[in-house]
Amino acid sequence: MVGILISRLIQAITVMLTVTAIAFLMFRFVGDPVQLMSREDASVEEKEELRARLGLDQPVYVQYARFIGRVVQGDLGMSFRNQREVATLIAEKAPATLELVLIATTLSLLIGIPLGVYSALHPNGVLSRAIQGVSLVGISVPTFVTGILLILVFAVSFRLLPSFGRGQTVDLGWWTTGFLTWSGIKALILPGITLALYSLTLIMRLVRSEMIDILSTDYIRFARARGLPERYIIFRLALRNALLPVITVTGLQVGSLIAFAIVTETVFQWPGLGLLFMQAVIFVDIPVMTSYLLLVGLVFVTINTIVDLLYVVVDPRLRARAA
Amino acid sequence: MKTGTIRRKRLPMPPYVMAAALVGLAIILAAILSPLISPVDPTDNASFNLIDAELPPSWLEGGDPRYLLGTDNQGRDLLSAILYGARISILIGAGAVLLAATIGVSLGLLAGYLGGWVDALVMRIADVFLSLPTILLALLVAGIARAVIPDADSVFWAPIILIAAIGINEWVQYARTVRAATMVEASRDYVRAVRIMGLPMPSILFRHILPNVIGPILVISTINLAAAVLTEATLSFLGVGMPPDYPSLGTLIRIGNEYAFSGIWWITVFPAVTLVSLVLATNITGDWLRDRFNPKLRGSK
Amino acid sequence: MFRNFRLTCTALMMATVAAPLSAEVLRWSSQGDIVTFDPYAHTESFTASVIHHVYEPLVRRSETLSIEPALATSWEIVEPTRWRFTLREGVTFHNGNAFNADDVVTSIERLLHPDARARGNLSTVTGIEKVDDMTVDFLMAGPYPLLLNDLSGIFIMDKEWLEENDAVLPGNITTGVTSFASTNANGTGPFVLDSYQPDVGTIMSANPNWWDTPKHNLTSIEFRPITSDATRVAALLSGELDMIAPVPLQDIARLEASDGFSVIQEPALRLIFLGFNYRDELHAMPGQPNPLKDERVRKALWHAIDHDSLRDKIMRGKSRTVGILVAPPVPGYSAEADVPLPYDPKGAKALLAEAGFADGFSTKLDCPNDRYINDEQICVAVKAFWERIGLTVDLNTESRSTYFPKVDKGETDAYMLGWATLPAMDGFSVLRAILATRDGNSGGNNPNGLSDPRIDELNQLAAVELDEDKRRAMLTEALTIARDKAYFLPLHQQPVAWAIRDGVAVPQFPDEYVRLWFANVN
Repeated sequence: MVGILISRLIQAITVMLTVTAIAFLMFRFVGDPVQLMSREDASVEEKEELRARLGLDQPVYVQYARFIGRVVQGDLGMSFRNQREVATLIAEKAPATLELVLIATTLSLLIGIPLGVYSALHPNGVLSRAIQGVSLVGISVPTFVTGILLILVFAVSFRLLPSFGRGQTVDLGWWTTGFLTWSGIKALILPGITLALYSLTLIMRLVRSEMIDILSTDYIRFARARGLPERYIIFRLALRNALLPVITVTGLQVGSLIAFAIVTETVFQWPGLGLLFMQAVIFVDIPVMTSYLLLVGLVFVTINTIVDLLYVVVDPRLRARAA
Repeated sequence: MKTGTIRRKRLPMPPYVMAAALVGLAIILAAILSPLISPVDPTDNASFNLIDAELPPSWLEGGDPRYLLGTDNQGRDLLSAILYGARISILIGAGAVLLAATIGVSLGLLAGYLGGWVDALVMRIADVFLSLPTILLALLVAGIARAVIPDADSVFWAPIILIAAIGINEWVQYARTVRAATMVEASRDYVRAVRIMGLPMPSILFRHILPNVIGPILVISTINLAAAVLTEATLSFLGVGMPPDYPSLGTLIRIGNEYAFSGIWWITVFPAVTLVSLVLATNITGDWLRDRFNPKLRGSK
Repeated sequence: MFRNFRLTCTALMMATVAAPLSAEVLRWSSQGDIVTFDPYAHTESFTASVIHHVYEPLVRRSETLSIEPALATSWEIVEPTRWRFTLREGVTFHNGNAFNADDVVTSIERLLHPDARARGNLSTVTGIEKVDDMTVDFLMAGPYPLLLNDLSGIFIMDKEWLEENDAVLPGNITTGVTSFASTNANGTGPFVLDSYQPDVGTIMSANPNWWDTPKHNLTSIEFRPITSDATRVAALLSGELDMIAPVPLQDIARLEASDGFSVIQEPALRLIFLGFNYRDELHAMPGQPNPLKDERVRKALWHAIDHDSLRDKIMRGKSRTVGILVAPPVPGYSAEADVPLPYDPKGAKALLAEAGFADGFSTKLDCPNDRYINDEQICVAVKAFWERIGLTVDLNTESRSTYFPKVDKGETDAYMLGWATLPAMDGFSVLRAILATRDGNSGGNNPNGLSDPRIDELNQLAAVELDEDKRRAMLTEALTIARDKAYFLPLHQQPVAWAIRDGVAVPQFPDEYVRLWFANVN
């Protein structure tokens, strides 16, 4: 157990160090920061002074160490675009994206698991085939097309739901939430569905294939032979085991969803991290790009590690192997 | 329950997969042959005129029989623009898959065959790539390229950057699959024998190990092609894709999207339908191939 | 006396008018967000127009765009290099502080600080002196006819507020200064900033203590930037917005046909034109002589463009084809020079052949894709026109944030530029920034080596000419030379087109500024 924990942590740290190295290289070598940060008519001495102030006259490994030092302290530099601390910007935008991801994850689990179970139980049923077909269409239609269609139908034609933004938000200390107002909840629906479509299909197919797999194991056959009730077999025995990989994938999906929200947020003008990052890419705002990279890397690695450890806790076989 | 038993060892191709495969092949063929079969060359300035901009499809009022699907905002024949656009999309998608497969297969073979620190290194790099979502990594590559290359949006650089941005993501899957297979093969007696005979490593890898992993590689490639075409469209939609004078399907949709409320629906609907059909057909085919090649999903133990 | 009377009037009107009105909110959207609320930390006209609701200049533009007193009530030229301004009494900032000469001095010094991005907006001013509490003197390097025009774009901040919030230094990424003033504001203007969240929105409420009589009936303004054209139009159609500015040209027909919406438009001051590389070689053809230095080649490129199709198809009939680099209301304009070269592809080919390029040549064409109306589409069309007379055009379109630095560095062969002569609204800005040889203060937007001795001479003369008629004649002469030698290729004057829902009344201005202190909502 402890061994697994340590090896997972070492792995996580290695990955994070590599991600910071990529971020550092981007920050340092993509576009000369001195050129980007100084005025057009800055003199050579001014530029040298700035170079020294930024520590760019030091050896590269010293710079890298300092970069990590700053990042650990939460100092992510300043946005070239709107001249504010990147850390502040990210803190402002994170709630919007995280609430969107939360909604999308919830939606995809609530819809994906039942559909997956159903189509595993009736693999050749008409409905299952229809679900399969729709799910294939789901992963084949680009998110931006889905988003625009939803806007056309629900915002413009029926005027039911807002087409952009978060609606009214409520400040809870440093967190702003859209869950506490009616307009905030309405604003979450269309972008939430658009984002959920991406992970919904994945979860549904995963549940289906895991269920099919487990239902054909000897373990289930024995259970059936013993005459255990079908409901018990399906929900207590099979589904429970099938949900293990679903935990992993859902966890891993959170990182993907944060990144994938870039498209959804652009379509719905959702003021989150994705919109921030997209504008940084267009404006070549390197500090924002690197920080976003670090953030998504961190979320991914953290969730990955937690999921792995959960696995060990939940799955007795793995625990036995570790012991 | 009948679940485990009804799944047969050899799945015959169901009609809908057949249909999908045919549609996919038809689009790919039409796209590849677009210089031969499309009514005009939309990149040839003599073939269109701004005066003809935004004509509706030929069967609608105001349509022109010369332009079956109407014209776009520059007066280009939309059908030709879609065919050429599909060609660009497919070339970029295929280029990205090829790049990913080359990197992934080489690293996978090396890691699986050599083991030790090479294996550890490759797998750690794979971990890093796995911890960065596809779309993010693609945007990062595109973003860096824009900062480094002054003409990143030109017709020369844009496809190269797109291929790199999309391709760099997908190699991990290949590497993992090939590495696992290679490890199994490398421990077999015949490979040991060949090794003792002193055959050079490349020869062992390519002649004896690679042929055994071709099946899974093809499956991954088919599914990745669909994903790559979709990613290209998304990048173009976000404004870091192909330039407007050499539009891919994604660029056509991005341009057409600005007309979503103007009544000039054909500019965006036809390219979008083409894109979705292509991706859907590829996905259905890939799905079926995966079920065939992946014994786990067949449910046979 | 008079002032007191007026204040009373204002107070009375406020009392009678404000009471029956319920919350009149104007919700509007544009494609970009403002970059900062710090008036001296940017040089963007859109940002300036939004900030103008909160901050005010010493002199401002009236509803007819003439210059009228604002925070200064009168001014006199003490010496050619010393202008004296008398300040308005009884004005307070939104936080209640009184407005006086110290605020003006601190503001101008903050603007002239080397770290202020906008200090070029007042380049002829060398210093400022306080004469008494309500009088200041501006000191200048030399005689300068356009000081008032420049000052109409310089907003005045509150000295005490800046000091309290440690914001005396302008925000600047070089020095690592994030200024309190970049996200907060305290001006004297008709609206008070309630909240500003980048990419989310800016909310303002009417200033009940404004010194001037409001012509608007708004209680608050909500500004929401929406990047995507389609989403922005959707938000208007779905009733989430009252106004979008600008409206995409392609959606005008649809909006005009819909019940409850209308499109308002008028010609803008902004002219769109193409600039050329005048160095020895083109980036597209290193090692070969630059064909664009030949007047015949430039005229051929002009003749190659079908301006009528460009206007009717891409600009949907909303633009005006032009031959000169300033719009009709701008000093220096001349109707005789405002004649485009006609569309004549054969003549264009003949001119190319005459210049020795019968087989054409290669050139780059660089354009923004998010700055001017339909900029990307225009350039795709121009590329086609040019290729039809035998050129090979390497087109590159990109976001303005990467495009303009590239143009500034002279990394282009042919490039798109739009110029509205803002904030001065005077032809001298074209002469100084675009036509004059790059040297010191001149030629700031002439990065590609254009140099004409007569134009440079006129640039020097017009800069100090205080006789308005003579000065205008000089501007016209320079602009006519530019047209006759085809130094630039003017395309069109672009429209200001906004869409509003019924019940919104808002005046438009050719400078494209949104001035909601003239807006009324029912």
